[in-house]
Amino acid sequence: MQRRSRLHLPPTPARPGEAPDFSYLQLSAAGAVRRPDASARAREIGFLSVELVRVLDDAHEPRGPWDPHLDPSELEIGLRHMLLTRIFDDRMQRTQRSGKISFYMRSLGEEAVSVAQCMALRPGDMLFPSYRNQGLHIVRGMPLVDLMCQLLSNTRDMCKGRQLPVMYHSAAARLFSISGNLGTQFPQAVGWAMAAAIKGEDHLAASWIGEGASAEADFHHALLFAAVYQAPVILNVVNNQWAISTFQGYAGGEQRSFAARGPGYGIAGVRVDGNDFLAVYAVTQWAAERARTGAGPTLIELVTYRAAAHSTSDDPARYRAKDDYAHWPLGDPIERLKQYLIKHGGWSEERHRALAAELESLVAASWKEAVTYGTLNEGPRLDPDLMFEDVFKEMPSSLKRQREAMRAEKGSK
Amino acid sequence: MAQMNMIQALNSAMDVMLGRDPAVVLMGEDIGYFGGVFRVTDGLQRKYGEHRVLDTPIAEGGIVGAAIGMAVNGLRPVAEIQFADYIYPGFDQIASELARLRYRSAGDFFAPVTIRTPCGGGIRGGQTHSQSPEGIFTHVCGLKVVMPSNPYDAKGLLITAIEDDDPVIFFEPKRLYNGPFDGDTNKPAVPWSTHKKGEVPEGHYTVPLGKADIVREGKDLSIVSYGTMVHVAAAAAAAQGIDAEIIDLRSLVPLDVDTICTSVKKTGRCMVAHEATRFSGFGAEIVAIIQEECFWNLLAPIQRVAGWDTPYPHAFEWEYFPSQARFAAALKVVMEPA
Repeated sequence: MQRRSRLHLPPTPARPGEAPDFSYLQLSAAGAVRRPDASARAREIGFLSVELVRVLDDAHEPRGPWDPHLDPSELEIGLRHMLLTRIFDDRMQRTQRSGKISFYMRSLGEEAVSVAQCMALRPGDMLFPSYRNQGLHIVRGMPLVDLMCQLLSNTRDMCKGRQLPVMYHSAAARLFSISGNLGTQFPQAVGWAMAAAIKGEDHLAASWIGEGASAEADFHHALLFAAVYQAPVILNVVNNQWAISTFQGYAGGEQRSFAARGPGYGIAGVRVDGNDFLAVYAVTQWAAERARTGAGPTLIELVTYRAAAHSTSDDPARYRAKDDYAHWPLGDPIERLKQYLIKHGGWSEERHRALAAELESLVAASWKEAVTYGTLNEGPRLDPDLMFEDVFKEMPSSLKRQREAMRAEKGSK
Repeated sequence: MAQMNMIQALNSAMDVMLGRDPAVVLMGEDIGYFGGVFRVTDGLQRKYGEHRVLDTPIAEGGIVGAAIGMAVNGLRPVAEIQFADYIYPGFDQIASELARLRYRSAGDFFAPVTIRTPCGGGIRGGQTHSQSPEGIFTHVCGLKVVMPSNPYDAKGLLITAIEDDDPVIFFEPKRLYNGPFDGDTNKPAVPWSTHKKGEVPEGHYTVPLGKADIVREGKDLSIVSYGTMVHVAAAAAAAQGIDAEIIDLRSLVPLDVDTICTSVKKTGRCMVAHEATRFSGFGAEIVAIIQEECFWNLLAPIQRVAGWDTPYPHAFEWEYFPSQARFAAALKVVMEPA
């Protein structure tokens, strides 16, 4: 037989009509992965990018050296933030379906990523989110009304009607403006961290990118600059297995883990169970200690699953197996923390239901307030004059003339 | 006052700003220890330290991306892209991020980044070291675009750019680094010490963006230009004995429409010149504005002088470069009696 090259096409485990198949996932037992000192050199801890750091086992028992030993009261806050994120997502999804907002993106199944990571960081740390990190905004205390007004592009929209829904920001909460051009925030976060180091400040930067967008040059620029300047930055790849319809193999996840990109650049890479609140918290805390003590950047791959559609414009039934999330081997982050707290923190189904009801009311009341500031189609509306502001710090005369022309167009209607 | 060439003037601008403002940092390929391939940052790392004058990897997208993050964290980065021809890997970070950050965040975030980059030909650079891509950047909302034609303006404009809270793309016509150049390759090179704009104050001063310079007043014709072509245009008009008003735009965005239109209304004739390719070049925008504002004052069709619509060829550099002969042909048309 003639030997010749052959174009390889990464396999997708299960398409519609096929049974969900997660046999490709490399798993480690809870508690099985060693926890090196935060000062360890990247080249000495390559195993962290291959194995999977897990704390909670299938019986919801904490195992091994990565257990962050958090107080139950702290974990209840984490549970609350995750549940609020999910309830907020559900409500906004339904709102989009009823035509009140143009677009939405849920983070269903990925809530532990944003919530646990944000809780493990300090308020002074600067966050450069992607579009599926609403948990960061919840943990940082952004009022739901503010988030909703952005979704509505109404008169209280922090973006003044200029951004697609979910592209929030808050300078006060140190949440960077989200870009719809994927991955651009990654080198920016590194630059922010470089500046912190130049100024001798104690703050770090953290950024999030999907495994799909990690294929962009920005990802590689970020790792390179982070490695070269040993910037105090935590770079997170949220590997939720899917980039819209494309399985992570096409982002290069078939041959090696995304965390393994780190050691390739001389950066510590850690692969963690992204649906295990305790493990995500512990790994982030470890990475933050590295950043703050001059041990350099960390690349964290959070292994999770995009349980919902990519966005409200997407229908996963067209490209992946039905009921796949029910078979995901790493479970659901909220359910797992809830079961842990029932076992170890005095939590109960009853308290959980009460919390859910309280948060449902909070979301409903916030929505009621948000729409009083206008929706896309009715109520008070942003002044279209705002279109011409903030292109530059001071409006040039050319834009003033165009603003006059726009006003004349409106007046002549 | 001191005698400076454009390299020394730009160096002096950064020296002044590094000394005045601890937030100013320089970054780019070969700019630190070595002082840059054109020596524009020579000595600055030695004077201000490795943490303020950073050598970077060869990754323009990374340079611009990191500069944005640094600026958001309170620094005022001046990034050098070694040749304007190399700027394209950074284009997404410039056009989608740097230019629009203030807008998309409703003013809550902004990035005062200056990007310096040598442009233009006439140095035997071939098609990857000779381009003039300014028109690509003038088309992006939110960027200021600058190109000086002499040492005095170069220093004052660069200080203004660094102090500006909006992003500035600062093009440096590299053929002018060491002396003015009128397009005549047969004449020996002339140093800036022979030119009045080679007199440069040593301290801090600014030249405003959006204010064109009338290099020479004249009655017969307005020539609107910037960069190297300012010198070629002036020489070509003089050789033809035409009393031309020569306007050096200095900044393309913001554009000094008033100075252009006042001049054209006075002379009734206009020529627009740049080294960049002609089709969809920045000259087309200037011509469009002039016909909107000055149509009834025009005595002849506006002429454009530009590079041919080809890549910049190595072997045919002087056939490509907008020469005095190309100016002469256009002058003949624009000066025809009404």
